[in-house]
Amino acid sequence: MRRVSGMGLAVVVAWFAAQAPLGEAPARADELSGTLKKIRETGSIALGFRDSSIPFSYLDNNQKPIGYALDICYAVVDAVKKELKLDKLAVELVPVSSSTRIPLLANGTIDLECGSTTNNPERQRQVAFGHTHFLTATRFISKKTNRLDTIEDLRGKPVVATSGTSNIKQLIETNAARHLGINVIHAKDHAEAFLMVENDRAVAFVMDDILLAAFAVGSKNPDAYVISSDSFSKPEPCGIMLRRDDPAFKKVVDEATSALYRSPEGPKLYDKWFMQKIPPRGLDLNVPMGAELKHEFANPSDSSDPDAYKVM
Amino acid sequence: MNYHWNWHIFFEPSPNGTGTYLDMLLSGLMVTIVTSLAAWVIALATGAIVGVMRTLPSKVANFFGFCYVEFFRNMPLLVQLFLWFFVLPELLPHAWGLWLKQLPNAPFYTAAIGTGLFMSARVAEQTRAGINSLPRGQKMAATALGLRTAQVYRYVLLPISFRIILPPLTSEFLSTIKNTSVALTIGLIELTAEARAMQEFSFQVFEAFTAATVLYLLINIVVVIAMHFVERRVAIPGYISGK
Repeated sequence: MRRVSGMGLAVVVAWFAAQAPLGEAPARADELSGTLKKIRETGSIALGFRDSSIPFSYLDNNQKPIGYALDICYAVVDAVKKELKLDKLAVELVPVSSSTRIPLLANGTIDLECGSTTNNPERQRQVAFGHTHFLTATRFISKKTNRLDTIEDLRGKPVVATSGTSNIKQLIETNAARHLGINVIHAKDHAEAFLMVENDRAVAFVMDDILLAAFAVGSKNPDAYVISSDSFSKPEPCGIMLRRDDPAFKKVVDEATSALYRSPEGPKLYDKWFMQKIPPRGLDLNVPMGAELKHEFANPSDSSDPDAYKVM
Repeated sequence: MNYHWNWHIFFEPSPNGTGTYLDMLLSGLMVTIVTSLAAWVIALATGAIVGVMRTLPSKVANFFGFCYVEFFRNMPLLVQLFLWFFVLPELLPHAWGLWLKQLPNAPFYTAAIGTGLFMSARVAEQTRAGINSLPRGQKMAATALGLRTAQVYRYVLLPISFRIILPPLTSEFLSTIKNTSVALTIGLIELTAEARAMQEFSFQVFEAFTAATVLYLLINIVVVIAMHFVERRVAIPGYISGK
């Protein structure tokens, strides 16, 4: 019994110890806290990457993580290096999944998550986001032969979405609100969900439009698929994820991302991943930058509210 | 660790509009329980039959039992579920395949049958071990009394051997419950899947998985206690346990 309570006490103490530095604002410029302090002490920064979020964060033929979000993270890494006046800064690349990204970020295994994580108010209670690097709306993909375009067309049909995504949440909500009687099928991951549409287990797959575009282009027969014009949501922001309550590090991330977006490099980076052929298979997503994202690049923001990105 | 604990999260409304996060986990728990029970019934029934076949004098029955057990126990459960769910419908004639694919609750049936058959191979091995552990004299004596083979099993061998294998069967039942979590990969929204969904929506990952762990522990403790009660109830004084 004594051992148990001793352990419990140790956990509590450790927890408070971990919380303590967060409350203190950096008193002097040379006094570092949080992530920046950790980076200076270890001489390395850890980036979390996803293995199949094309074109944001994925593995190329040599199993090396690449992507739009990783390029943005590398810009942040350069800024951190400059901020801390380091000669060299080692970059550690850590694979993460949707289930592991929060624990790994919280326990300090990764410092930034470079992917396409949707920025919403629920998540902002747990983590912080860098400036939005992409906006995506929830739409569905289906076979052209099924002639489905509006949400109404899905009435009473089997429709798949990836479990645990904000997309499935929107599908379930819309289904309930409009009494569509859709048979919602849950898939483990995006690849499996798309497979279900490919072999007719479901008539449509509800997902972020950009990922749907990537799946269609990468499929055996890209011309057989069509993405709906109707959308389940407003364009939602995606950002680089970092720990909450670490204002010094957040400032570095924000400044680096704003500088990148506002410079000519920003749109060029977008073109590189969304308008040109990308590794490993030389596919071209051909998704031009929308008006909302153009506006956001000129006025970078980390807001989780989709309305904040509306172009007047 | 920079983590914002929020144990009140369970009482906050979940985004799928069907209640709180706790309701979400409890509905997952119900799916886990129903799937486990269905799978266990299949495992027990099929496993007992196949286990008996492996001890029969017939060479054909023996060989069939052998093939069955090796087929089902030598493949990972995950692979088996994928085979049933994705490959089987493609092998059937197109119309049947399509019917199977669009069947409502397909993940549930696939999970119950897939997990059930996977576990049945293990039950079969234990049934065989239980029967083989009996002294040869029992079978001989029963035959000498004029019982037919079916009667020898029904009245002499099985009643005793099932009592012997009751403790390992309890373990298999617990494994069945835990194995149903693999079915989240074919889209069954059971307890683990709901915990994953909860962490995805709320980002409170530790709370979600703590709750799932506690719920798994609770159902397994209930099973252990119930099986203990069954063991006590069917024990023959002076035999096996000897109490």
